[in-house]
Amino acid sequence: MAEVLVYVDHVDGAVRKPTLELLTLARRIGEPVAVALGAGAEATAAVLAEHGAVKVLTADAPEFTEYLVVPKVDALQAAYDAVSPAAVLVPSSAEGKEIAARLAVRIGSGIITDATDLEAGDEGPVATQAAFAASFTTKSRVSKGTPVITVKPNSAPVEAAPAAGTVEALAVTFGALATGTKVTGRTPRESTGRPELTEAAIVVSGGRGVNGAENFHIIEALADSLGAAVGASRAAVDAGWYPHSNQVGQTGKSVSPQLYIASGISGAIQHRAGMQTSKTIVAINKDAEAPIFDLVDYGVVGDLFAVVPQLTEEIKARKG
Amino acid sequence: MSLRIVVCVKYVPDATGDRQFTEDLTVNRDDVDGLLSELDEYAVEQALQIAEEADDAEITVLTVGPEDAKDALRKALSMGADKAIHVEDDDLHGSDVMGTSLVLAKAIEKAGYDLVITGMASTDGTMGVLPAILAERLGVPQVTLLSEVKVEDGTVTGRRDGDTASEQLEASLPALVSVTDQSGEARYPSFKGIMAAKKKPVESWDLSDLDLESDEVGLEGSWTAVDSAAQRPARTAGTIVKDEGEGGKQLAEFLAGQKFI
Ligand SMILES: Cc1cc2nc3c(=O)[nH]c(=O)nc-3n(C[C@H](O)[C@H](O)[C@H](O)COP(=O)(O)OP(=O)(O)OC[C@H]3O[C@@H](n4cnc5c(N)ncnc54)[C@H](O)[C@@H]3O)c2cc1C
Ligand SMILES: Cc1cc2nc3c(=O)[nH]c(=O)nc-3n(C[C@H](O)[C@H](O)[C@H](O)COP(=O)(O)OP(=O)(O)OC[C@H]3O[C@@H](n4cnc5c(N)ncnc54)[C@H](O)[C@@H]3O)c2cc1C
Repeated sequence: MAEVLVYVDHVDGAVRKPTLELLTLARRIGEPVAVALGAGAEATAAVLAEHGAVKVLTADAPEFTEYLVVPKVDALQAAYDAVSPAAVLVPSSAEGKEIAARLAVRIGSGIITDATDLEAGDEGPVATQAAFAASFTTKSRVSKGTPVITVKPNSAPVEAAPAAGTVEALAVTFGALATGTKVTGRTPRESTGRPELTEAAIVVSGGRGVNGAENFHIIEALADSLGAAVGASRAAVDAGWYPHSNQVGQTGKSVSPQLYIASGISGAIQHRAGMQTSKTIVAINKDAEAPIFDLVDYGVVGDLFAVVPQLTEEIKARKG
Repeated sequence: MSLRIVVCVKYVPDATGDRQFTEDLTVNRDDVDGLLSELDEYAVEQALQIAEEADDAEITVLTVGPEDAKDALRKALSMGADKAIHVEDDDLHGSDVMGTSLVLAKAIEKAGYDLVITGMASTDGTMGVLPAILAERLGVPQVTLLSEVKVEDGTVTGRRDGDTASEQLEASLPALVSVTDQSGEARYPSFKGIMAAKKKPVESWDLSDLDLESDEVGLEGSWTAVDSAAQRPARTAGTIVKDEGEGGKQLAEFLAGQKFI
């Protein structure tokens, strides 16, 4: 059976959920061979094997943290040369997309980004994409070279499928470009203890209607009652009420949770671009004409300062 | 010595219009107004600021696109860029990112550059990969997704706010930079700028000017193929209630019914 390279997104050995989803998709088109780089790479093997990786190629070197992107491309290319895979799958993070794109140039292949589904086809894997703020669904293929495809979080279920997961060290030679962009400082993002925005099953977002940083605790309390991640519109972020890393939309994070709750958000096209593929959409807005109501499964026309706290209390009461 | 900046700008259908695909599954450009991708305005703005700081700098804006794409160049010129290059050729229709980047890389090399600046993503294809691909093709450092950028003494520095960390980056020129919409509001063209733009030079190049063959680009030459594009069915109208004191409780009831609670 053909092998499929899966690039592993992990933090110090803790594999992030989108990679496990990729393994589900990879198994539809072949045998997953995972590539894990950097500190903790070997520690990823157990969970990757649990989810179907027949092999885990690992490498660590200071270059991966001291320089931007290119050293990881060199490593993924080394894995590509070693395996000659039928496809290369990479999680659609900002960095993942850049790594995939540069690899595609080097191996003379086409690239598809932000796939939301993947199936085996007669002429290679067929990817589903959402276009124009998710108002269209397209099916595409890579027609030249080995398909390189990046896949959005929440595009497939995480499934256990135990495999060998044999760990092999990957020999990587860094090219001249690897040290081109130096990382001279790094400030890790502080953990809030809440789920990662792009991976969360439920996202609760606040917009301009929240009217101040001091009011965002109302949104956070609702999120915590549901075990959800907190999102924000660009208007709320630009006003400085919430960090940019929590922005949902075209220039923020793209989310696709089971449930999205928008409070005080009008539903501008750029916001919709980042949340329109959510399974169930709920909105609370005092303006009955707000465009967000065109998308919702359930909407409450009302003041969020009354509705959201009542909802939070009711959820807590029901959960006991 | 003059700092040569090339800014890549894309001409895109207005995101607030009713965007559609045509029969060959490429973007329908006829029924929706086109404009300079809003995210590329941030690239032009940073180029202008970098040029203002430099002793001597020249900004060239570059687009690959159909005839109307000149509008995007005009906007960038009226913001303050010095000159423009329009790569236009019927055979470019339907190019994918590999084809587009090939053309852009050839044009950038022909134009001559010390610094290439792009937006973070287009507002139509929204792939967000073209900058990294250009850096690979040009063989220069990629200093991408910057929310803060500075160029001094042949060195570019910037801040990249990533998923798990905020990084400080540094590279030597020549380099490729992409900037986010956090990098700073783009200026509006002044009346003077709009008038001046009319006199600024716009060069037109076709594939032969770039030593490219028609089968290396366009729909036929693409590395990817779109097999189908279907409009998402409109969401079935949801339940909308007016809060009369029980809105939160009603919503909780809905969420419980959907098994979210
Ligand atoms: C290139 C570009 C990229 C962009 N990218 C993004 C992006 O990634 N994400 C994004 O979100 N936006 C993005 N935007 C901005 C977008 O166009 C909108 O401006 C933004 O989404 C508006 O945010 P909002 O809905 O919070 O604010 P508004 O549009 O001002 O809406 C506020 C809403 O809150 C309601 N409201 C007010 N008070 C209350 C109350 N007490 N109770 C209930 N409801 C109340 C109002 O009725 C209104 O509908 C982008 C724009 C551009 C041009
Ligand atoms: C809905 C949709 C989906 C697509 N999916 C794919 C796909 O999966 N694979 C694929 O290969 N192609 C795809 N394409 C085609 C691709 O978008 C174009 O070829 C495009 O020019 C490059 O990608 P982008 O605009 O998304 O670039 P991005 O990487 O999002 O753009 C980043 C920056 O590159 C610069 N830039 C991009 N295009 C130009 C240009 N023509 N002239 C000057 N500067 C430019 C701008 O500075 C821009 O801000 C898709 C197009 C659409 C409309």
